[in-house]
Amino acid sequence: MTARVRITHPRTTAARSVPVRPPAREIDELTALGELYLASLMRSQRRAAFAGCAGTIGLLLAVAVATAEFSSWGHVTVLGIALPWILVGIAVYPVLGGIGFLAVRLAERNERAFAALMHQR
Amino acid sequence: MAHQAWSVVGVLLVTVVTLAVGSLGMRRSHTLGDFYVASRSVTPRWNAAAVSGEYLSAASFLGIAGLLLTYGFDMLWYPVGYTAGYLILLALVAAPLRRSGAYTVPDFAQIRLGSVAVRRTASVLVVLIGWLYLVPQLQGAALTLSAQTGAPGWAGGLLVCIVVLINVAIGGMRSITFAQAVQYWMKLTALLVPAVVLGAVWHARHDRLPEAADGWLQPLGSGLEHPLYATLSLIVAICLGTMGLPHVLVRFYTNPDGREARRTALIVIGLLSVFYQLPTVFGVLGRRYLPELAGGRLADATVLLLPERMLPGLPGQLLGGLVTAGAFAAFLSTASGLTVSVAGVLAQDAGARHSRTSRINRFRGSALVSIALPYALSLTGARLGLAAVVGLAFALAASTFCPLLVLGIWWRGLTDVGALVGLLTGGLIAGSAVLITLVGPGRHGWPGVLLSQPAAWVVPLVFAVMIGGSLLTRSRIPPDVSRVLIRLHAPESMAADLPSLDRSAR
Repeated sequence: MTARVRITHPRTTAARSVPVRPPAREIDELTALGELYLASLMRSQRRAAFAGCAGTIGLLLAVAVATAEFSSWGHVTVLGIALPWILVGIAVYPVLGGIGFLAVRLAERNERAFAALMHQR
Repeated sequence: MAHQAWSVVGVLLVTVVTLAVGSLGMRRSHTLGDFYVASRSVTPRWNAAAVSGEYLSAASFLGIAGLLLTYGFDMLWYPVGYTAGYLILLALVAAPLRRSGAYTVPDFAQIRLGSVAVRRTASVLVVLIGWLYLVPQLQGAALTLSAQTGAPGWAGGLLVCIVVLINVAIGGMRSITFAQAVQYWMKLTALLVPAVVLGAVWHARHDRLPEAADGWLQPLGSGLEHPLYATLSLIVAICLGTMGLPHVLVRFYTNPDGREARRTALIVIGLLSVFYQLPTVFGVLGRRYLPELAGGRLADATVLLLPERMLPGLPGQLLGGLVTAGAFAAFLSTASGLTVSVAGVLAQDAGARHSRTSRINRFRGSALVSIALPYALSLTGARLGLAAVVGLAFALAASTFCPLLVLGIWWRGLTDVGALVGLLTGGLIAGSAVLITLVGPGRHGWPGVLLSQPAAWVVPLVFAVMIGGSLLTRSRIPPDVSRVLIRLHAPESMAADLPSLDRSAR
């Protein structure tokens, strides 16, 4: 008796037709399609980069203007240290690190999405 | 006398360690690639420590505490800006620049725009920024050595020059990568231990903080003119200038790929955040125990003089020796990085095609020129604090390289004419502002502030000029712009399929 052979429809691969031209070649040869891939990658990365910058500059401007405008803050103390000193001297740094962490994650996610786009089809 | 002995020991120790670590790299330094960028095989943690070690200059180690002691709260923005600059660099340029495969900004200009004129202009700017940044390092060395050991004013800078040149001559960049990673930890220790001890002493004495009455503790209470504009413009200069500093950029090419370049920048932000807590402690305690230094030439020596003032006797002397050693580590590492970068640009642009050996010799010769001229300038004496001069170098970098890099990476419309006009505009205006601030007659009111903090108005102007100039010369957009941009932005996992960009790798 021979082993039972299961015959199934290969749905997953059927859904993806084999590309006649691999996407990396589209880019290499700079076809219109390649330009489109590049434009979409640059758009998503530009958005990520400018978001990181906007976050940084927004944070610094907000703290600078807040400490300058609300001079009464100078009389608020935490553990004997004036609040503006805590804000600019200490508290700003972890927030900068947090923005950096998010910027790295976002940029790497965009790259993975782009690589996936290149390898599918 | 005794405190001099400990400082001499500290300086000698740092010198020996620097040279020893450097010579470890010597055996593996064989090719021109080793000389420039350590063959791009440095891991992110080493690299991040090296970036931080190189970046924490005399301005960070001595200058910030001196400025804090003199002007108070507003000077806290210097270290915040130095750290935020890395965040901007991470977000905007770290990965694409690494992927461009260039050694220096002039290389990048040539790869992106294919223009020799832009390349030459960028080379001149690298040299100018490098020299402007080297002078305060050498002045800091002179100040430190004469304040701590009574040596004549020319000695400190000369010692730094000699050690840097020996190190560069024996190993190039690889040796400097390891030397600088070690130097970050030396500098951190050299400030951390005294800061903890002195903080504990202050606490144990139940002493008070500096008087708040004079506005020193208050935001915008520095007593300088137009403090809000000055603060904001300083933040702009430092945040946008970091990406244009020659010694910072070349360091990012030692990452294995673009992803690692970003991660390195993130680790750097962490390392800097830890370090920059410390100058504040010295500045505040300095205001309490060394108030007579405020505004004087010795304000930059606050960090050096504080331990002995608070702790007379052997403990203070030992701590004084430790901070002196750390200060020397700061001068050596930053001066090494700048010398390598400036020498790399000089050697590459002054040299035609030569054999490998003669190119390495040319690199060594360029290193000599790169540091000798700033040394001569450092002997002429300074009116501004160390951190203020370094701030001007940041302003010049922000006014020239920041627009070039940001537009070159993110806007396909940039042309060689637009870039050239922008670089010349920024270089001339910011350069003149720096020159007038450094050697011109002292100015008051808005003209003085606008010249001493030029970034806030020059940087937007240069962006506008570069964009306008490029739009007017649209026909000159390089034909291979798409190919270059793909290389800058596509992850390395795909790069095997892509054409290489070694057009400028001469």
